[in-house]
Formats: sequence, C-alpha cells, structure tokens
Amino acid sequence: MSVLARAAALSVAVLVVVGVGIFVAVYYVGSKSQLTNVAYTASNGQVNVVLQEDPQNNSSSKPDWVSYFVQDPKTHHFIHTTLFSIPAHVKVNVTIYGYDGCTPLRNNFWSRVQGTDGGTINVQQFNKGRPLGPARNVSVINSWAHCSVGHTFAIPSLGLFVPVASPNASATLCGSSPCTPSSGPYSLVKFSFTSPSHGGTFRWQCFVPCGGGFIDGNNGPMGTLGYMMGEMQVVS
Amino acid sequence: MAQNPAATDPGAGGHAAASGGAEPRHGLRLLLMWIPLSAAAILIIWFVWYPHLPPGRMSDAASGQQFDIAVLAVTAAPVVIGVLLYMIYAIVVWRARPGDEGDGPPIHGHTKVQAWWIIITSLVVLWAFAFGTYQLAQPGGAGGGQGPSPIWPLHGAQTTAWSPSSNDMLQVQVIGQQWAFTYRFPQFGGMESTMLELPNNMPVEFHVTSLDVIHSFWAYQLGVKADANPQVDNIAYVKPHQLGSFVVRCNELCGFWHAAMFNYGRVVTPTAFQGWARSLQLKELRAGVLAALPPYALTYDPTVIPQLGRDIVKVAGITGANGYYYPGPQAGTPHGDPVSP
Repeated sequence: MSVLARAAALSVAVLVVVGVGIFVAVYYVGSKSQLTNVAYTASNGQVNVVLQEDPQNNSSSKPDWVSYFVQDPKTHHFIHTTLFSIPAHVKVNVTIYGYDGCTPLRNNFWSRVQGTDGGTINVQQFNKGRPLGPARNVSVINSWAHCSVGHTFAIPSLGLFVPVASPNASATLCGSSPCTPSSGPYSLVKFSFTSPSHGGTFRWQCFVPCGGGFIDGNNGPMGTLGYMMGEMQVVS
Repeated sequence: MAQNPAATDPGAGGHAAASGGAEPRHGLRLLLMWIPLSAAAILIIWFVWYPHLPPGRMSDAASGQQFDIAVLAVTAAPVVIGVLLYMIYAIVVWRARPGDEGDGPPIHGHTKVQAWWIIITSLVVLWAFAFGTYQLAQPGGAGGGQGPSPIWPLHGAQTTAWSPSSNDMLQVQVIGQQWAFTYRFPQFGGMESTMLELPNNMPVEFHVTSLDVIHSFWAYQLGVKADANPQVDNIAYVKPHQLGSFVVRCNELCGFWHAAMFNYGRVVTPTAFQGWARSLQLKELRAGVLAALPPYALTYDPTVIPQLGRDIVKVAGITGANGYYYPGPQAGTPHGDPVSP
C-alpha cells in the first residue's frame, strides 16, 4: 500500500472514530441538555421547591412512563424535567404532589423518612382538591401494610429519603400530565432540609421499581433523566 | 569485501573482536550490576513503597493485600531488572559498529544456561503460586466473597446477640439495590441503616446480597470486595484494625447511577458501635420501621410481600408498576387514610 493510500485510510479511520464520538455525545449527552434546569432562588434564607409525580407523561415521547415534574417558580407551570438548582446552605422547603397510585417498595426500609428536618414529613390526602383528612406529620409510611406509597424522593449522598404517599387507591387517577389538583386524587407531601454548604450536583432518584414493562421494574423511567431520576444542582 | 571478525568467531563479541582484545566476562559484569540494582529495588519497595501501597492497613484483609502486593513486587523486581539490564547491556556492548554490515555470530544452545533459566523461572512461578494460595486460604479468605458456605471462615463466636467484650462475630447484611447500599444487623433486631459502622478489632461477617441486579460491595480501605447477586448470600470476612472512615463503592456496572452508588462507613470502638447500633435499633422500633421490614433472611425475593402474604404480579420475569403491582383491586384500603404506619 502506498504512503498516500495509508494516509487516506488513516484519515478515514480517524474521521469515523471522531464521527462516532460526536454522535454519542450528541445523542446521549446532548439529550440531557434538552431538559430545562429550573432555577430556584432563596428568599430570607429559604427556597421553595415544588414537584409532582404522575402516573404517566403524555407530554413527552414516553407517554406511558411515570414521571416527576418540576414547577417553574415564575410561571407556576409544571415542566417536564427533573433538573433543578437551589442555592447552597439554605432551608429547602419541598412540596410534592403525588398523583400516582401505590406500588410496593422493593426494600420496605425506604418507608422510613430520613434526612428531613425533624425526621418527619407532612402528609395530607386530597381528591380533586378536596381534603380527605387532616394533614399529619409521619416518620414512616409503610408501603407494604397499606399499599400507601407511590414513589420516593431520595438524594442518597445527602442521606435524604422520603416516601411519597399515594392517593386513595380506589379512586381514578389523573389521566393527563402534568396533573392538576382538579384532575384526580393526590397526596400532598411537605418536608424541609438544609442544602449543602458547598456547591455541586447531587443526583436524586425514586427507589420504587416503577419502570412498568421493564424487568423487575428497573430501567425505563427509573434510568432516564426527566422521569424518575434527576439532578439537583447546588449553587454556592 | 572486508570480513567482519565477529562474523567468523561465534565466541567473540563484536566490540572485543573488532578491537582485538580478550573477550570480557559478560556474565560476571551483568551479575555485578544486577545484584546492587536488585538489592536497591527491593529495599525501596519494602521500606519506601510498601507502607503506601493500597488499600492500606485498616483491616487484616487490607494489610494482607498490601503485604501480598509488596512481596510479589519484591519477587518481580529482580526479574524485571535482570531482563532490562540484559537488554540495555546488549544494546550498548553488542551493538553493531559503524561499517559493520556482517551477520552476527550464530547462536548455539547452552545447556547450563538453559537449565538455570528453567530452574529459576520455575522456582519463581512455584513461589508465586504457593504464596498466593496460602494468602488466599488464610483465615478470612483475603476479603473476597466466598459464597454461602465459606471454606476459609474467620475465627469468631456465632451468637444471636453481640457483645463488645467478647470475640463475637458481628453479622452485617449488605443489601444492594439500584442505586444504594443498605445494611441490616440481625443481632440488633434486624435493624437496617444507610450507614455502616463497624467495631474495631472485632471479627465481622458480611452477608452480601441484592434486591435487583448484580452489584458488588467494595469497602476499599477494608480490603473487602464481594459480589452482590440477587437470591445469593455471599459471605465475606474482615477484622478492622484502625479507627476511621472508609469508602464503600459498587464495583459492578449496575445501571445509570452506578458511578454514584457509594457511601462512607466508619470503624469505631466496640463500645461506641454498640451504642450506635442499639440507639438505631430503638429508634426504628419506636418509629415502626422494624415492624415494616421483612423478617431477617439471608436472601430476599422482592416479588413477595411478606406482610401482604402474596406475590407481586409477575409475568415471564416482568413485573408491572404504575400501581398495577398487585393482583386485583386494593380491597380493604381505608378510604382516604392509606398513610397509617
């Protein structure tokens, strides 16, 4: 083979490798950038983060996947994303609307509330905006005893593990996402924690194997940003 | 054409033959260079490198691994130095001189050299085999998982209650799940924690399992690494020797957040450990967590809910979600009050 032919072959090989690399970067890494990062700002040392989890996500290309949504603090619209940012070293008040039905935890240990202020969460049940009982502070929601947990919200590196109560299992769930309080039953879970004093990205996830149709309920929405897992960016 | 003297004299080196002098004793030269270089390498490895080798000396398993690496490095160093020295010597002494375009001397077999080569390399390999086997079989099995029936157990009393003033074996169950490790302590009521604390200078028996895919429990500074397989009880032993913290990582690619599946553990005094474990047990008892957990078992079938006495819907290995786990409607659920513990 001549030197010219060798140089041409080498150039083609390099271009192929670079092309594959660019494709991977755009297809996989770039897909993350399509998700909006919702920026929360603090007021008086506190920041209010509002999320909801729905039984479906028909505002995405995976309409049958369960999904978290993040509320834009400016428009108050829920956005199909699981990326949000908060300031460092502030009190974070989290509100989660739980629209999805119950699913048993694979490890019922996650029924225990961990890492919140006071070690408890405040839970109240609603049906189309009407409260079904008083709000209560609980430290455990036993998902096996009453089929009472829809999903969890956990930031493992911060030791934060919160079971999100499911609404009344016999009621018809919200059928269109993002759900609204008038669209069906839901639970309202509130808790607080203190954000880290240093900046960084902290992954969060659900510990219920809620990937319907996937082996053992893993993968699918369990393993895809924008659905049941996300990142919390702490800005210092 | 001028004839290269080296090409006609198989016993002569090119340089010596070309200069007409007596052939030097290359073997002696090499030996005199090899001995001090090897001795220096061995001393550097043993006294400078060894104390800083991973994974440290936090446990008997870690110390053993550090010792193994040091011994094998000391074994390998003279061999490596011998090979490199010979190669460099050959390049310098036996290289072709300018204008020398003749063939090198023909190579003949040398029975004595070949015999020594075979004997020495065989001894080195046999030593590595014997040393490695002994170190692997020493009590505790060198920190690796040995399956449900260990053949190299660590010495310690198997008890249902653990005491800091004895040689009781602490039972710790490691449960892998996407994407976190949790730890159960059967000698403390089966309490479960996201934190791993261990007593110093006490034998520990890890029972490693998984609730979903394959994980690997790797307590790096303790020198413990054992696969976490669903439906398998993989036993590994360790005896910590130093107070302090250690990192636990998953060492088996287990999904999207595999890289983030890590946490930290601590080795504390036996008394401090007992205090921590008892307070956590009491806290979980009062909160209803212990009642919510399944009875302690060496493995768990996550498709079975013991408290409900029934299985999760499972069709051809696929479980559903979205609230459709249970067969049939949720009869008996208190209307509007599914939150009671």
